[in-house]
Amino acid sequence: MRTVSFKRPAKRAGLYGVAAFFSFFAAAPILWMIITAFKGDWDLYRSRGSPFLFNKYPTVGNEPSPVVDSPTLENLRLLFFETNFTTFLWNSLAVGVLVVVITLIISIPAAYSLARLTGRWGERSGITIFLVYLIPPTLLFIPLFRIVVYLGLNDTLWSMVVVYPTLTIPFCTWLLSGFFKSIPKDLEEAAMVDGYSRLMAFLKVVMPLSLPGVIAVVVFTFSLTLHEFIYALTFVSSSAHRTVSVGVPTELIRGDVFFWQSLVAAAAIVAIPVAIVYSFLLDRLVAGFTMGAVKG
Amino acid sequence: MAVVETRDIKKYFGEVRAVDGVDLSTHDGEFLVLLGPSGCGKTTLLRIIAGLEQPTAGEVLLGGEVVNGLPPRARKIAMVFQSYALYPHMSVFDNIAFPLKAHGVSKEARKTKVGWATSILGIEKLLERKPRELSGGEKQRVALARALVREPSVFLLDEPLSNLDAQLRASARDELQQLQRRTGITTIYVTHDQVEAMGMGDRIAVMYQGKIRQLGTPQEVYDEPADTFVATFLGSPPMNLIEREDRLVGFRPERFLPTEAIELHADLVSFSFAVTRVEYLGADRLVYGAVGDVSGDTKAVSRLPSTVTVPIQPGDSYDFAVQTADLKFFDKVTGLRTGPRPF
Repeated sequence: MRTVSFKRPAKRAGLYGVAAFFSFFAAAPILWMIITAFKGDWDLYRSRGSPFLFNKYPTVGNEPSPVVDSPTLENLRLLFFETNFTTFLWNSLAVGVLVVVITLIISIPAAYSLARLTGRWGERSGITIFLVYLIPPTLLFIPLFRIVVYLGLNDTLWSMVVVYPTLTIPFCTWLLSGFFKSIPKDLEEAAMVDGYSRLMAFLKVVMPLSLPGVIAVVVFTFSLTLHEFIYALTFVSSSAHRTVSVGVPTELIRGDVFFWQSLVAAAAIVAIPVAIVYSFLLDRLVAGFTMGAVKG
Repeated sequence: MAVVETRDIKKYFGEVRAVDGVDLSTHDGEFLVLLGPSGCGKTTLLRIIAGLEQPTAGEVLLGGEVVNGLPPRARKIAMVFQSYALYPHMSVFDNIAFPLKAHGVSKEARKTKVGWATSILGIEKLLERKPRELSGGEKQRVALARALVREPSVFLLDEPLSNLDAQLRASARDELQQLQRRTGITTIYVTHDQVEAMGMGDRIAVMYQGKIRQLGTPQEVYDEPADTFVATFLGSPPMNLIEREDRLVGFRPERFLPTEAIELHADLVSFSFAVTRVEYLGADRLVYGAVGDVSGDTKAVSRLPSTVTVPIQPGDSYDFAVQTADLKFFDKVTGLRTGPRPF
């Protein structure tokens, strides 16, 4: 009896210990970013002392500190009031949302037709489309730049809105067609017999069941527009039209001076809300709720 | 007027002739079974009637009107799929109400109708569940309720019992037939299981290689097969066929008995039956062997009911006989049934 009552808490403690270790392991960079964002230069560059703690400048008596001491809001002030950071945020959001919408509008019907309607050529076309995605942007940005200039879109947000879907649509079409293929054809046909058109059957039956795939597409596309660098750097030159991924480094790395605290603050401000939204979507991503739908 | 009629329906997939000229006409309120081995085109024919496939040629008529160009939703049909095709993201209630929603039935009326359909099938308690929380039998009933709730003019059932275990299948067969009798809805039922077909069908259409080989009552297709395919497809074990000059002679294993077990001795055809194996199945014995009387040795089977107690040992030959009236004759080349001839 005694061993049993001893064993269980020990097992639990071990389990939580491992979970806590890996949680810290995963969260440590973010924690480091947050703490760094509030650090003064003296504290940041001091080679001794923990990066996870604030260290004060050693002053004697009531003597005022000769440096900006930690914690400080100075870095955030610099970020928000001496750079176009809020503009970058809005630009990124606008480009992200538009590219997600365009990608969904094109990928969903494309993937559905690849999955259902083209017979044996569907599979091959799907793979071909996916291969297009594998061409690296570093090869494409010069020809694409000519197209962007030709369209008169250089130095506007629209250049990115038009070009990013060329990266996202192939991958998302391929991804979604896998999801659509996994949904039994019987379900759509049942809906069509039940009184719906193919389009309505698709919207009422296939789409709800493909939600994990659609969410994956939204996450992938939005993340790509947030971190994409080469196109954003090439097509846009004025600060007012830059997105976070290009705007922040160009404004906070001046020559060889890195404004580390403001840089990590910018990164954290973008990354943390996105991470929180994604974590809510994660449940839906992994929910295998089509299981047991067909066959006894 | 026939509820469902097909006129010379053909469906080719490239070189494959899935359905090859089918004329079929249902009687009002009947239970018609399409029976055949897998790949014979029976499911394709059903899907053509449902509007899920377009025929290569021919016409489909529902209630006397050609519906070839009409989509499934305009055909007033209900279909139960082999997989049941329940919508996994909807509760049982929403699954059954789904077709009503499509037809703009009000919320109140939907509730009443779902209540009616579920009470007929005895699944009132499952309304809140999701399909994944149902057993095979329950899924099948939900699928039937979803088909029933619209009060269609035709029921199309595609092997709805094939996913159930054997025990459940027997009771589901009974329930399904009773449901059809009660509602009186014309039903076309696809199966490859001859027991289902014989037990449930008012008429059976036996299909093979895209063609209907015979259409008739269970008794007709069993007792008076139109060709050698029907003769050997129905019955377990199938009809014995032996060659005789320019024709094939067939007789059912249960009609092939030891001479002393046949009471009526008039008009018998006798065979010397070299027994090779005996299977004891409880209610009857299956005796395998060869009939040596006609051209060479032809394999044959006899099915002896337990009331026939004649001792039979493998390795011995016995006198077996068939009544002349039980012999069926088929053309050796075409396999088609021919008239009776002296043996």
